[in-house]
Amino acid sequence: MTARDVAARVRDPELPVLTLADLGVLRDVRVADGRVLVTITPTYSGCPAVAEMGADLRASLHAAGYADVEVRLSLTPAWTTDWITEEGRRKLAEAGIAPPARIGPRPAGPVPLTLTPPERRVACPRCGSHHTTELSRFGSTACKALRRCADCAEPFEHVKEI
Amino acid sequence: MSFDNAYESLIDQEDAHWAFGTGFTESLAGVDRAVPATADRADLFAYCLMLGDDALVLSQRLAEWCSRAPELEEDVALANIALDLLGQARLLLTRAGEVEGRGRDEDALAYLRDEREFRNVHLAEIECGPLAGGDFATTMARLLVFSSWKIAQYQRLRAFVDPVVAAIADKGLKELAYHRDHAAQWVVRLGDGTDESHARMVAGVRRVWPYVDELFTADPVEQRLDVDPAAFRSEVDDVLAAVFAAAGLERPDPVPAARVNGRAGRAGVHTEAMGYLLAEMQHLHRSLPGAKW
Repeated sequence: MTARDVAARVRDPELPVLTLADLGVLRDVRVADGRVLVTITPTYSGCPAVAEMGADLRASLHAAGYADVEVRLSLTPAWTTDWITEEGRRKLAEAGIAPPARIGPRPAGPVPLTLTPPERRVACPRCGSHHTTELSRFGSTACKALRRCADCAEPFEHVKEI
Repeated sequence: MSFDNAYESLIDQEDAHWAFGTGFTESLAGVDRAVPATADRADLFAYCLMLGDDALVLSQRLAEWCSRAPELEEDVALANIALDLLGQARLLLTRAGEVEGRGRDEDALAYLRDEREFRNVHLAEIECGPLAGGDFATTMARLLVFSSWKIAQYQRLRAFVDPVVAAIADKGLKELAYHRDHAAQWVVRLGDGTDESHARMVAGVRRVWPYVDELFTADPVEQRLDVDPAAFRSEVDDVLAAVFAAAGLERPDPVPAARVNGRAGRAGVHTEAMGYLLAEMQHLHRSLPGAKW
């Protein structure tokens, strides 16, 4: 397996249904002079999974026979949920986590103030209903919000757009 | 490779330092890490401390709410916001240490500096609940003012002379937008709620208001680096006015808190609350140097 293939299969410690490639945090894998240089980007500045990602990448590449591995952290451009792949979105929904909507490039100018939560049509990953409401914008990890479905009455997590 | 417990993979890693691994940030890619020739090294170091300390100290204050918030969702929300700020602080203090060039890392700067060496604004350190000094409404008033101010500051820092700080600000901006919305929505809900919640929101805004003026008072370091916060005061005022209007709140009269010989947080002169905050934050690291999780 190439170093890229090995790195792309490493799973996210917090969302283990996704690989780092699905999540869009794996930015680059290069091999030069027998050395593997992997570049990842954090989802959120305080994401505590970043250290585990690096450790898992090193361990997986070592196990695949790549002895010399360096993992770099890239801050710019900043991660966006738009980088979660189609495959990643499908896996999230299958795992009962609503994937984020596409948000496109950030608009220029001042950050708009949102006094009422935007009416996002987030489909319930269990029953498909669009009658869902946000319970809390901050969930079990920095990247997820908590929602509830009015039709099947189940709570579910939603990877919030950023 | 998979592990039964994700944290097992961290054991014996060379970067398993005190916090949760500092080795990573030594190799930030994608930005030029050389100290820009056009900025004074001492000024840039001081400014990175100001930004890092603002985030670190408010993060510590927000973490005090863990298990004490009015509802479980708020415990989680405030902890998440604190974690975002802690992440920003780690990057900024790491950068400060790099610019200083004396080998101090984020942990040395967070845990081994004394009160007078911290350069955060007073707004970040004052007690706003859950213990003395206020309640949840006061904390939301502070978070609204702080994040509105930080958003305006970080927006301008995207074009800052130091590309590392610019990258941290660009990323942090997205997080702060969530923080400000969260605080603004609570200020509206409480301000426009019952008589009791309205009264508490009024008290909360009054509690933090004396500390607003400092946010827009430039330190000489900020003047020399051309990042005078007075430049974005009206932008922040407009945001706060929009929230207050929706919440049925009035902007209090500006009565700035007293300064000591003209100095405040940016010059390392802090309120009485700061020593207690640092004692709690630093004691474990100072009692057990090099302790690991």
